[in-house]
Amino acid sequence: MSAHATVDLVDYDEAVRRYDPVIGIEVHVELGTKTKMFCAAEVEFGGEPNTQVTPVSLGLPGALPVVNGKAVEYAIKIGLALNCQIAESCRFARKNYFYPDVPKNFQTSQYDEPIAFDGYLDVELEDGTIFRVDIERAHMEEDAGKNTHVGGSTGRIHGAEYSLVDYNRAGIPLVEIVTRPITGAGERAPEVARAYVQTLRDIFRALDVSEARMERGNVRADVNLSLRATPESPLGTRTETKNVNSFRSIERAVRYEVSRQAAVLDEGGTVIQETRHWHEDTSITTAGRVKSDAEDYRYFPEPDLVPVAPSRDWVEQIRATLPELPVARRNRLQGEWGYADAEMRDVVNAGALDLIEATVAAGASPAAARKWWMGELARYAKTSETELAEIAVTPTQIAQLQALVDSGRINDKLARQVLEGVLAGEGDPEAVVVARGLEVVSDDGALLTAIDAALAAQPDIVEKVRSGNMGPIGAIIGAVMKATKGQADAGRVRELVIERIG
Amino acid sequence: MSTISRDEVARVAVLARIDLRPEELDRLAGELDVIVDAIAQVSEVATPDVPATSHPLPLTNVFRDDVPVPPLPVEDVLAAAPASEDGRFSVPQILGEE
Repeated sequence: MSAHATVDLVDYDEAVRRYDPVIGIEVHVELGTKTKMFCAAEVEFGGEPNTQVTPVSLGLPGALPVVNGKAVEYAIKIGLALNCQIAESCRFARKNYFYPDVPKNFQTSQYDEPIAFDGYLDVELEDGTIFRVDIERAHMEEDAGKNTHVGGSTGRIHGAEYSLVDYNRAGIPLVEIVTRPITGAGERAPEVARAYVQTLRDIFRALDVSEARMERGNVRADVNLSLRATPESPLGTRTETKNVNSFRSIERAVRYEVSRQAAVLDEGGTVIQETRHWHEDTSITTAGRVKSDAEDYRYFPEPDLVPVAPSRDWVEQIRATLPELPVARRNRLQGEWGYADAEMRDVVNAGALDLIEATVAAGASPAAARKWWMGELARYAKTSETELAEIAVTPTQIAQLQALVDSGRINDKLARQVLEGVLAGEGDPEAVVVARGLEVVSDDGALLTAIDAALAAQPDIVEKVRSGNMGPIGAIIGAVMKATKGQADAGRVRELVIERIG
Repeated sequence: MSTISRDEVARVAVLARIDLRPEELDRLAGELDVIVDAIAQVSEVATPDVPATSHPLPLTNVFRDDVPVPPLPVEDVLAAAPASEDGRFSVPQILGEE
């Protein structure tokens, strides 16, 4: 359709100079329960098609749904983590539409009574700015099945001859989180959108309510965007870009829609309220269906399910189990460790937070832990193209390594060799030190032998040092370090050299 | 007083995927009118202090434990499928999206 048509775009910077972007984000998260929302079919990623379904998943006549209590608990957890009110009572509703991945011809969702509402989430941007996103609601619903389009050249709907449907995913519990219009982000709207979804993802993981893997579609974002002339103008007409499923794409989809809508408005046109599709390959959006009015879905209360009325006691019990959330934890650790803002950001971005925390817990100082993970180990991860957390050394081993340095048994240079051994699978640092014979030579007698040899080899330097020129002393120390294969304490060598010459 | 127009019946019919003939549109507009009028009478009686009833049973929080049961065998799942392929339901080309 319009996928290949050329679309006018206004340069992004130009667009945000003349228009104020307003975003709204709907995030769906698949809950990590063992069974589906309304039936006890097991949920397991990657099962053979249609092997995780029951009569309820298929919407067979007479099948009756029963709510998964765990899913309600998880939804409340999410609501509380997003600073929401939890409904005293709420009910499910049927959202009626026809599509092959919805076997009942309706999705069981919540409409006028979401389980959680009126919350907010503080999102940290890359430069450390905190941006508050207001949450309108979080409601419970179920996922749809999966269509695979057969025929046609690209596997897309367009040109397909028929479709195959797998209902394994139909009925997996979802929580949909809807923001209020996010204003005031200005040119940083794309960054805010990405950071918001990223923060949510971190929270889902911290709460242990979902594996929250973007690449598996556990977390999916729909991004609404509209432009208005000034922050004082009424909201413009919005488009909803569906299923933007990576952080990078969220940022790019917002940028693209800003540029596209600005071009439409510049030409005196009107933005059409519609669903748009994000194309990962070309990084553009194309028009989808014109958005249905809510009334077209003919929502009505689900007669087969009784209301959910979480007692205040239960809500408070759940609140008491909430773990420390990522931003709070980061702030606490930064305070405890005394890292500068930029250092802390680098640590977080490198995925080293957990590793450093564990290394500190195993006895290393925060500064030493950071030095290892952000230095030697970060370089190693980069050259071996692995994640920091995946490399073959544990935080405990790093703490042991640092303890060896602190006790003076090895120096920094030797420590790097010990680390090599640990990474090569030669065992714990202690074992590598012993096996490779890497201990610092602390026996002065052995050092003096090496020093005397070095001094005898370079009498001119001895003269210079005697006459007060300490510069060339480094050459002697270097020769001694070389003779001891780096296993000497350079400071001690220096002392001894001065004594000897002096 | 007619409150339901023929066009509204046609629109709802499209949403519900019901194929109606022209004479049925007229007849149903009249019948739906009667139903809407009847409900309007109830609305007159209902006062704000009477909450709407969506569930007649005085029950809440009917939950199930999160414990899996064996699924339906895939042969049974596909037994009622008009057509299937590779363990999946085969459905006609999907139109109207994208």
